[in-house]
Amino acid sequence: MKYISEFRRSELAQGLITQIHRQSKTPVRFMEFCGGHTVTIFRYGIRQLLPKTIEMVSGPGCPICVTANADLDKAIALAQIPGVIIATFGDMLKVPGSDSSLQEAKAGGADVRMVYSTMDALKIAEDNPDNAIVFLGIGFETTAPTIAVSILQAEEKDIKNYYVLSLHKLCPPVIKALLDSGEVKLHGLICPGHVSAIIGSQPWEFIARDYAVPCVVSGFEPLDILQSVDMLVNQVEKGRSQVEIAYRRGVCPEGNRQALKLMREVFEPRPALWRGMGGIPGSGLKLRKKYQRFDAEFAFDIRPSPTREPAGCICGDILRGVKTPADCKLFGKTCTPENPVGPCMVSSEGSCSASYLYGGGFE
Amino acid sequence: MCLAIPALIKSIENKEAEAEIGGITRRISLWLTPEAKVGDYVIVHTGYAINILDQREAEETLSLLEQIARLGENEG
Repeated sequence: MKYISEFRRSELAQGLITQIHRQSKTPVRFMEFCGGHTVTIFRYGIRQLLPKTIEMVSGPGCPICVTANADLDKAIALAQIPGVIIATFGDMLKVPGSDSSLQEAKAGGADVRMVYSTMDALKIAEDNPDNAIVFLGIGFETTAPTIAVSILQAEEKDIKNYYVLSLHKLCPPVIKALLDSGEVKLHGLICPGHVSAIIGSQPWEFIARDYAVPCVVSGFEPLDILQSVDMLVNQVEKGRSQVEIAYRRGVCPEGNRQALKLMREVFEPRPALWRGMGGIPGSGLKLRKKYQRFDAEFAFDIRPSPTREPAGCICGDILRGVKTPADCKLFGKTCTPENPVGPCMVSSEGSCSASYLYGGGFE
Repeated sequence: MCLAIPALIKSIENKEAEAEIGGITRRISLWLTPEAKVGDYVIVHTGYAINILDQREAEETLSLLEQIARLGENEG
């Protein structure tokens, strides 16, 4: 068992596709919340394999994409402070803020370094004791525990020049906000697999119970997605709405207790700004008072430039599932992965990027 | 961003492990999965094992999918 090739077997995919076609009678719209799922769906042409009764829409599950310009501008302003080294995951570099991107700030002399892990960022801090290292804490519940560990390690090793700009976001509150807005009618939700590896499947229960929307937690291989669609169709056709797990090899109902414990030790919820959705209560994380000395917002006087949104960009609408990349006048013309206008084209898991790379089933 | 891939743990030292990911050996952190053992497959996200993969569950899922495929063949 290698956990990859086994979940790409075409004869098993064919079986699921046959069963989905046989079972699906009711016209439905399912959302895949997670950008990683969007990529699998586009890469394997899964939308084209499904019956006409099933419409798939992409959700806001791309942390880079949902980072608001106002927050990105804070990161860019931090990069301009003398002596500051910004450490960030690579996808953030090219996202255009109000006036520039981190990449442009780097070209202008700022010290911005791409890292693979917070462990690399801590190493930069140890190697550069005269600089302040600010790690851009971007990501959902999957990533936040790893940032929490970096802060606990910085404390343990007494590293005094390591800071985090916490722009973390939580998934259940944004799904609640989407459902409350009523903008998009959903008949099923494919819940994010690696967020659920941390938080478990229980935090999705309110969606099935209060909104009567069936939920299935999915893995990231093509068989995982097809199985999840099949399970959603089964719930719809039988009139059920429950939370089920297709990704049982990686997710259990109660999640990863150790990761949750460390995340809650370091962070507490706060309101957060989402691109296209505005402020959502309890959807972000900030450092607890006990760890305030690692908080970049507390340690530095950050003066971002006034926030502006890119003209003509509809990333916000795409993230809410209201529009698709095909609706955007900039798509593939002035906005491409080489020269992105909006974040959904920058992030490898943004739906514009996935549509551009793999073809979005555009007519 | 929540990209995470399976890795096989080869050796463990304190809270870190050498793990094989697609033929390449990498150092990963076990802070989030302290119960992981040599020989376990874990899901690795940004250098951290975020969960241990459950082989029995994986086999059960595949056996269910094989049943579905046989059902399709018999009917088709």
